[in-house]
Amino acid sequence: MMTIFDFEKPINELESAIAELRQIALEKGLDRSREIAELEAQRERLLKQIFAHLSPWDKVLLARHPKRPYALDYIRLMCENFTELHGDRLGFDDPAIVGGLAKLGNYKLVIVGQQKGRDLKERQRRNFGMAKPEGYRKAMRMFRLAEKFRLPVLTLVDTPAADPSVESESRGISESIAQSMLTLFELTVPTVSVILGEGGSGGAIALAATNRVLMLEYAIYSVIPPEGCAAILYRDPNKAPQAADALRLTADQALQMGLIDGVIPEPLGAAHRDPQTTALSVRAAVLQQLDALSQLSPEALREQRYQRFRHIGVFETAQ
Amino acid sequence: MGSSPTSGTKGNLTPRKQIEHERETRMQRRAATATNSEPWVQCAKCRKILFRPDFERALRVCPHCGHHHRLGARERIHITVDPDSFRETDTELRSSDPLGFPEYADKLRKGTAATGENEAIITGIATIGGYEVVIGAMDFGFMGGSMGSVVGEKVARSFERGAERGLPVVMFCASGGARMQEGLLSLMQMAKTTAAVGKLQRARLPYIAVFTDPTMAGVLASFASLADIIIAEPGALVGFAGQRVAAQASVGKTPPNFQTAEFQHEHGMIDLIVPRRQIRPTLIYLLEMLTPAAGEVNTP
Repeated sequence: MMTIFDFEKPINELESAIAELRQIALEKGLDRSREIAELEAQRERLLKQIFAHLSPWDKVLLARHPKRPYALDYIRLMCENFTELHGDRLGFDDPAIVGGLAKLGNYKLVIVGQQKGRDLKERQRRNFGMAKPEGYRKAMRMFRLAEKFRLPVLTLVDTPAADPSVESESRGISESIAQSMLTLFELTVPTVSVILGEGGSGGAIALAATNRVLMLEYAIYSVIPPEGCAAILYRDPNKAPQAADALRLTADQALQMGLIDGVIPEPLGAAHRDPQTTALSVRAAVLQQLDALSQLSPEALREQRYQRFRHIGVFETAQ
Repeated sequence: MGSSPTSGTKGNLTPRKQIEHERETRMQRRAATATNSEPWVQCAKCRKILFRPDFERALRVCPHCGHHHRLGARERIHITVDPDSFRETDTELRSSDPLGFPEYADKLRKGTAATGENEAIITGIATIGGYEVVIGAMDFGFMGGSMGSVVGEKVARSFERGAERGLPVVMFCASGGARMQEGLLSLMQMAKTTAAVGKLQRARLPYIAVFTDPTMAGVLASFASLADIIIAEPGALVGFAGQRVAAQASVGKTPPNFQTAEFQHEHGMIDLIVPRRQIRPTLIYLLEMLTPAAGEVNTP
């Protein structure tokens, strides 16, 4: 099975060659700019070639890429004055959910997102971005804070799933997901969500019942992981690429079905090759939505959100 | 949702549960197709042989071990509401196959063949002990009671109808979760049904949910868990992820009663565990307690 990482190998080789040449040029004071330009052109051609033909499964792998920027990276790159707030006020502070106060352009807002870890230790601490009930209760607490002080809400979604452990079951993971959605539906301030990487089923929709839902170009949004779907459909988790096709989980497909409001383009070679540019694109897209939503009255915001989800569904009407 | 959609729950069960599940499925098939021609049935749990008329009179609860066998949606409504009071709504809605998903059209046909229903839920208006309510009952025999666009639509319309007409809502849940075959559309039904519960809540009308075997994943993590009062049948499977997934994600051992109604009751997620025969009187009691007396309204 060919993966995006296989595709990336020749690109990575070219990139290290370019870096090496630059180093040599710098150390020896030689002009290697023509060779460097040539290699860079080659790299760009290769990237374009690869990224012109990505399968849904390639996008799944990109969405899960270990170097992909995470919620806190975006917050740092696009916001000013971020202050992280902690705890659900019920005895827990789930590190898989981060949130707080920040400024984005002219807006003061509340940001809540799922956070994966960068290294093994942090990944374990943050439970791979899988929130527990206390994570969703922490999110709800911040949503209510936003409502009280009339601050818009931005949620950043990036989770394989909500935490399925016995511990989470004991504390009502299902109830916390349902309540999180309900809390978002009752807000009368503008709410925007961005699916950054993995939009993993209930764990994702818990934070994405918002006025506007955007997806990054190589993010995925799915009712079930392709591996799980393959296990049921083909009795073989290795057929995940076929399942990824069947599930229509890419940003383009979600937009085509009218389930999201926009796709934020990523730089050539995906977000992890240029987090700065990606963050600026996310920032611009979110600001555009906030500008539009700010025109609506509190009651109109709640009603727009209700209608947005109320009309989702495809069925036939028999005679 | 993800971990246990439709018949997929099967793949996640422990061997013991798997055997029980298969027995149950076999029994249900037999019960559904045999048109009561076989005079004897076997309890899926204690394996005792039961005389069918006795079994049916006991509402499919084993007189020996108390095991609650699954009920179809129509039987459920029949044993719950006042005689001849049920008026079904939204019968014209049919699932299409929006994603062109492998085997979906076939599964829909099989669901209808197995249950005689068009979808995994029946909704309508009825009276229970004289109290007029909007009522819904899910049918596990139809694609594992999974929630796709039609189930989501019928659930959302039920809550909206309750809010518009000032009626309480009673929902009997029986579902493996969201319907994988409709992809993201089915995930969105979680949000849609949740929003509709909000409408009923704001109208200050009672919502009572009854969790029957099984109530899982995307249904549990949306409208089911948002009821004012939650009742469950004894022994019903109630949980978020499939058992195998949960076991893999956990440190230490899975408790023996994990994801049963009793486990959820112990952990504060369910108000009452009520045997099948007592559910109707319990509903009447709750409707009396939560419905304003004539001339009064639950004003905000």
